[in-house]
Amino acid sequence: MAASSPFLAGARDSVPMLVGAAPFGVIFGTLALGSGLSSAQTLAMSLIVFAGSSQFVAATLFAGGAALPVIWLTTFVVNLRHALYSATLLPYARDWPLGWRAMLSFWLTDETFAVVEHRLREGLLEGGRAYWLGSSLAMYSNWLLWTVVGVVIGEAVPGLAGWGLDFAMVATFVAIVAPALKHRPSLAAACTAGTVALVARHLPYKLDLMAAAAAGVVAGLLAERLSGRQEEVAA
Amino acid sequence: MNHWLTIIGMAVLTFLIRASFLVFGQGLTFPPLVKRALRYVPVAVLPALVVPMALAPQGEIWLAPSNPYLIGTLVAGAVAFFSRNTLAAIVVGFIAYGAVKWLL
Repeated sequence: MAASSPFLAGARDSVPMLVGAAPFGVIFGTLALGSGLSSAQTLAMSLIVFAGSSQFVAATLFAGGAALPVIWLTTFVVNLRHALYSATLLPYARDWPLGWRAMLSFWLTDETFAVVEHRLREGLLEGGRAYWLGSSLAMYSNWLLWTVVGVVIGEAVPGLAGWGLDFAMVATFVAIVAPALKHRPSLAAACTAGTVALVARHLPYKLDLMAAAAAGVVAGLLAERLSGRQEEVAA
Repeated sequence: MNHWLTIIGMAVLTFLIRASFLVFGQGLTFPPLVKRALRYVPVAVLPALVVPMALAPQGEIWLAPSNPYLIGTLVAGAVAFFSRNTLAAIVVGFIAYGAVKWLL
C-alpha cells in the first residue's frame, strides 16, 4: 500500500458515512423549509450547528411551535452524547494546540468519532489530527452540500409537506431507533417514552417531549438494573 | 419566537458539549450513572417524537388501518428491526404510507 496523506485517509475512511448521511441532508433541507424556517436559517443550522439528529428534532419542534427553551433543552439532551466522544478522544489530543482542539471539537460528529477513534485506538497516532481534520471536512462539506440540495428541492416544489414529507421524518426516526429495540432495557425506555408522549401530547411548549424523554431514560435504567438482578439470581 | 436566536443558541450549546473535554475538561469526569443514562437518550427521545405522530397525527388518537402514519411507521419499524437497513426502511415505510394515503 502506498502511504497516502493522513488527511486524505481520514476523508477516504469516511466515505461510507458520507453516503449514509446524504439522504438525511436532503430530507432535512426539504423538511426544515416546510417547518417554517427560511432557506438561510436552514442552511445556517447545517453550517453552525452541524448535528444531524438535533437538527431534525429542532425542525419538528419548530413546526410544532415549541418554545425556545424547550428547543435548547432538547438540543442539549440529544447532543449530550458528544461529551462522551470528547472525553474518549481527549487522551490522544491532550497535547495538541488549543486551536486544533477547538476546531476539531466543532466538527465532532458520531461518524467522525467512529472513524477517528478506531484509527487512534489501533495505535496509528502519526498524523492523527490531520486524519481527524480530513474526516471532519469530508463530513462537513457533504452535509452542507446535501442540505443545499434539499433546500433547492423544497423551494422548487412548494407545498412538499402535503406530499407526506412530515412522514419522512417519522420514518427516519423509526428506522434509526428500531434496530436498538432488540435490547430489552432499550425497549422499556422506548415504550415508556412513547406512552408518556402520547398521553401528555397536549402539554404546551412541547414539554411532553422532555417529560417523555426523562421517563424513558429512567425506565431504561430501571429495566437494566432489574435484568441485571435476574441474571444474578439465575447464576 | 426568534428562529435565529434559537439556531445560534443550538450552535453554542452543541459546540460547548463537543468541546467539553477536548477544550475545557482536563479535570472533568463522568459519573457512571450519567454515562449509562446517556445511552438511553436516543431510544427515549425518538419514540417520544414518533408515537404521537403515528397514533395521533391530527391530535386525536386514530387507531385504524386507514391511518397512513400508523401503517407507515409499523412497516418502517419492522423493516429496520429485521434488516438494520435504515434507508430501505425509510423507502418501504414511505411506500406503505403512500399506499394507505393515496390508494385506499
